[in-house]
Amino acid sequence: MRKILILTLCSLAMNAGAQIDPTLLKRKQQDTTGMLMNMDAVYNRPFLSVAKMPVSLGGYLEANWQHLGTDGVTEGHQFQMRRTTLFIASGLEHRLKFLSEIEFEDGTKEINIEFAALDMEIHPLLNLRGGIVMNPIGAFNQNHDGPRWEFIDRPTSATQMLPATWSNVGFGMYGKQYKKDWAFAWEAYLTNGFDDRIINNADGRTLLPASKLNPNRFEESFNGVPMVTAKTAVRNRRIGEVGLSYMGGVYNKFQEDGFTIDQKRYVHVYAIDANTTIPRTQTALTAEWAFVRVDVPATYSQQYGSAQQGGFIDIVQPVYKRPLFGFDKSVVNIACRLEYLDWNKGTFAQTGGNIADEFISIVPAISWRPGSQTVFRLNYRYNMQTDLLGNPPARTAGFQAGFSSYF
Amino acid sequence: MKKYIFIFVGLCVTIALSCRKLQPAAPADNEVLDGMVDGLSADQKMSFLRGDRAFNNEIFTRETGLGPLFVAASCGACHAGDGKGHPFTTLTRFGQTDSTGNKFMALGAPQLQDRALPGHQPEQVPAGATFSKFLPPANTGMGFLEAVPDATLMAMADPDDADGDGISGVVNWVELKEYVQPVEGSILRGGKCTGRFGKKAGAHDLFQQTAGAYNQDMGITSVYEPRDVYTGQNIAPEVSEQTILDVVFYLRTLKAPLQRNAADADVMRGKELFLNAGCGKCHTPELTTGNSPIAPLAKVKIYPYTDMLLHDMGPGLDDGYTEGTATTAEWRTPALWGLGLSKNSQGGKYFLLHDGRAHSIADAILLHGGEATKSRNNFEALTETDKALMLVFLESL
Repeated sequence: MRKILILTLCSLAMNAGAQIDPTLLKRKQQDTTGMLMNMDAVYNRPFLSVAKMPVSLGGYLEANWQHLGTDGVTEGHQFQMRRTTLFIASGLEHRLKFLSEIEFEDGTKEINIEFAALDMEIHPLLNLRGGIVMNPIGAFNQNHDGPRWEFIDRPTSATQMLPATWSNVGFGMYGKQYKKDWAFAWEAYLTNGFDDRIINNADGRTLLPASKLNPNRFEESFNGVPMVTAKTAVRNRRIGEVGLSYMGGVYNKFQEDGFTIDQKRYVHVYAIDANTTIPRTQTALTAEWAFVRVDVPATYSQQYGSAQQGGFIDIVQPVYKRPLFGFDKSVVNIACRLEYLDWNKGTFAQTGGNIADEFISIVPAISWRPGSQTVFRLNYRYNMQTDLLGNPPARTAGFQAGFSSYF
Repeated sequence: MKKYIFIFVGLCVTIALSCRKLQPAAPADNEVLDGMVDGLSADQKMSFLRGDRAFNNEIFTRETGLGPLFVAASCGACHAGDGKGHPFTTLTRFGQTDSTGNKFMALGAPQLQDRALPGHQPEQVPAGATFSKFLPPANTGMGFLEAVPDATLMAMADPDDADGDGISGVVNWVELKEYVQPVEGSILRGGKCTGRFGKKAGAHDLFQQTAGAYNQDMGITSVYEPRDVYTGQNIAPEVSEQTILDVVFYLRTLKAPLQRNAADADVMRGKELFLNAGCGKCHTPELTTGNSPIAPLAKVKIYPYTDMLLHDMGPGLDDGYTEGTATTAEWRTPALWGLGLSKNSQGGKYFLLHDGRAHSIADAILLHGGEATKSRNNFEALTETDKALMLVFLESL
């Protein structure tokens, strides 16, 4: 027994030595053709492979400081470990590959499997995918890695109106076709979907991300009806990319033990996303806009809206592309994010007046990228949030600084 | 290289020094209704904060007891920023027409739960029942009003109009809930206590008002109000006793609204016109509190512009519904403090009078009738300039 233990420890020690030998670590080449699309984000990551092992590893890390205040009240200096994410990918057979993404948010407050799927290529235009998949709604949900963005907070519309990162168990297909400077892609999945938390939650508003609190959602569907997610996108090497996506299904439990207890109530989400880089100035523009429609019973509270819309646009301008502090590929950017979100689009039945519950945000930023996989960010955030009635908004503002880096 | 290091260090120092300055400042005390009274102990401040969170942040769901029938999912939904409510959460009361009591209790009276969780149907006003719509009131300064002695109310009451000014002013005598203890110095009549909270002064104190609101407005049971409004059965408490006590403490210790520009000549002239028109006979400008277990509330002068008595407001405001011993045309004089800030909790528009039917202060004055007819006529007789000055004064409250 002792010999086995010693041999095991020796073996582990040798492996540990191998793992820290940088000559054995190989960084996977990333695609720089300019034809990658948002749907490719999950595999277009800087994986590391060890020697000839068939497994690639990767991940990223985000940490920051912030000092925000709302109408004269501040929580002071906050140091935050937003997330640590680990990727593991492997090529099992020719045209058969596996990838998983495990995320630790706010330390270990939330641990999620964001992606764990097996992909099989039948033809470039027809690939099969199954497992825990990221529903392709908008662009941010699939392309959410922190080091790719110049802003510390993720877009509010993408994470609070849309539920990024939103993953579900299911199966689907995707494909991609290139022709000269053009690329066309499509995706379609059937997965588990939302539940009635979206209109029954302690946030007091229609909130798609509330379904993420369902601990059983990777095990069973809330109502047995699959949710459909579909996206199509087109990219031109010189112009940029545009995507149109839809996600929808039944969100309520309409049957229990064979008895009908309610009518089927649907949620529909429509999104459009686009990104481009202006060649002359190298200004990068990324935008996403989404519409949410929820069948809320008329006898329920209008506090839970039946329509929402919102989105963001990021403008990133490189201003200094020269070696800095010894980093040859250093780039300094100035950037700005504009966000708008109408949590409850409609009018009060009692007065005919507008239901407010609106969010506006502007985030000017400076970022420094010593290399393509690491970003240091300094943001100033200014938000205004009105309540349901449209009373004077709560104003939040302050500085945030931090980094995000692949490893 | 050195240049960039200097820039980097300079940026860090600038941010460190300016991070507070570039954040939104707190609004002035007299521009908002929320905030605690001065002089609370550290322990009392913590109780206030617990109550604040329960009142403004706790939103009930099916899992935490909401409904299944309800009007609102949280206290804050009806009292945004602790101010007056909006027609979105108007309460409908029905079933009682005189002092003999409510004949529709078995049919869900006194309050209509006009919303329901999915899968349930909200209530309807039963056939034959009269009803009235009540706009949620502002919460501020209510601890001070609670601390005004009954003797003061009795001294202001003039049920037989002995002074012949056309204004009576009567106390609403209400039955106490078993969990409510009469406040110190209470005067009882036939086993009933004075009512001073609610549109009809139907609640004796903030404890009764709070436990009742959890139950009737949100369908939340407590040890004090264990009856489920849906089944009519007593069920396990859905909110803790401590939470109710914290919310009551919060409501008792919300500061009194502060007047703005009180020394402004137009405001002072407007106040003079207000008093000369006789408005102050019901909207009593100044009261003094009595004893209170909360030291900052005891024996202080307050300026609420109410006598907390019932007045007959005429047929125009008679909805045919009442509570306690009030007649259907009688309404408790609402406090006017905080009136000018009402718009900030009502979505930028005024919704005044008991059901929000008045969309400006002038409209509200012109809809006064009954005992207030003479004062309303006095207002109408003012020049446009003087009317405007009176409104400037009222907006300053």
